Amino acid sequence: MCLAVPGKIIEHSGNIAKVDFGDGTVRNVNTMLVDVKVGDYVLVHAGFAIEKVSREGAEETLKLLKQMLEE
Amino acid sequence: MFRDRTIAREIIKRLKAMELELRIMHVCGTHQDTIVRYGLDYLLKDCGIEVRQGPGCPVCVTTSLEFEKALRLAREGIIVTAFGDVYRVPSSTGSLASLRGEGFDTRIVYSIEDAVSLAKDTTKEVVFMGVGFETTAPTTASVLINDPPENFSVLSCHRYVPPALKALLEMGMEIDGLIEPGHVSTIIGIEPYEELSSEYNMPQVIAGFEPLDMLIAIYMLALQIRRGEAKVENEYERVVKREGNVKAKKLMAEVFEPVDVRWRGFPSIPSSGMSIKKEFEDWDASKKFEDILGDVADPGEPEGCICGEVLKGIADPTECPLFAQACTPDHPVGPCMVSVEGMCHIEYKYS
Ligand code: SF4
Repeated sequence: MCLAVPGKIIEHSGNIAKVDFGDGTVRNVNTMLVDVKVGDYVLVHAGFAIEKVSREGAEETLKLLKQMLEE
Repeated sequence: MFRDRTIAREIIKRLKAMELELRIMHVCGTHQDTIVRYGLDYLLKDCGIEVRQGPGCPVCVTTSLEFEKALRLAREGIIVTAFGDVYRVPSSTGSLASLRGEGFDTRIVYSIEDAVSLAKDTTKEVVFMGVGFETTAPTTASVLINDPPENFSVLSCHRYVPPALKALLEMGMEIDGLIEPGHVSTIIGIEPYEELSSEYNMPQVIAGFEPLDMLIAIYMLALQIRRGEAKVENEYERVVKREGNVKAKKLMAEVFEPVDVRWRGFPSIPSSGMSIKKEFEDWDASKKFEDILGDVADPGEPEGCICGEVLKGIADPTECPLFAQACTPDHPVGPCMVSVEGMCHIEYKYS
């Protein structure tokens, strides 16, 4: 139930965004819990975007992993 | 990139070389799914690491009494809505799904907003049975704060995760490290876990849900343990921020206040339940229908079901005599077989 699926915002007005989940599904999602704009990737849970997915964050983890494997 | 096999193999090789003997717990059904689906449990066992799921399935830890209350409301002619998993959980007098077969109006919704729309289209009372941890609770809060229709209310079964982790450690659960749930942490951030590190000396890593996320997190835990550290580290940096989701936390704090509640398999856990605050009591089904709900009796656990032990992390689904016999996803006896996050369901699906 805490499953959250990533998707890309393709339209946004007020608190409603159209989110493309990449497999041909596009759904309306409530964005009241986040600050987002068109083009952002968000995690969607129970019809709500709960957070932005950040590329920098992903890179941080991979950098950390590299460090760990070099130790 | 979080599915890279060469990196996974490298991590496994290193873990093996560390000659560990560890017991690690996570509290998230989605983590369990990744572990069993990709066979990480076997790979890790080979490295001396046992990984167990604790009380990390919101549908499973919801008590039979809470389900009975929802059933009572439906029997009184109220429209009761819930997420699909919740809808199918059997209690002693039926499930929301089976009540529909008896002619009562119960419905599956994908989001709490669907329940609100339904209330706008009818003059009947509509109740949403709100189940879920901090990941889900802000969605309920955001609806309550926006002045929903008068005939709408929420039966709050929402729960906070950190008090349950504390209760587990208080019970003397023997674990060497905790993998913290990525999407609960998305909302609450890192700070709520720090007390467990300082007070119980517990190494913790917040992890994402790809197989590599979990292997990296376990490797991070192993390194902490070897160094004798007990920190909270964040492997899921692409989503989880140090402070969490501030907007969502604020909404939750505005609408809910902590109360002591029982979790299935556990005695009452202090401050682990989310009760709707007085300002919002017009939409609190437990207040609005106090008269109807007052005498609902606790039916206890379904006969023969050991979900409680499974949720405490002390029994495996296969130790239940009903597993895959009398109890299957099509004919579930307990919640752990219904929910896609339940250990019994996951074990059945991949075995
Ligand atoms: S197999 Fe079924 S009856 Fe046994 S513990 Fe799991 S849900 Fe309960």
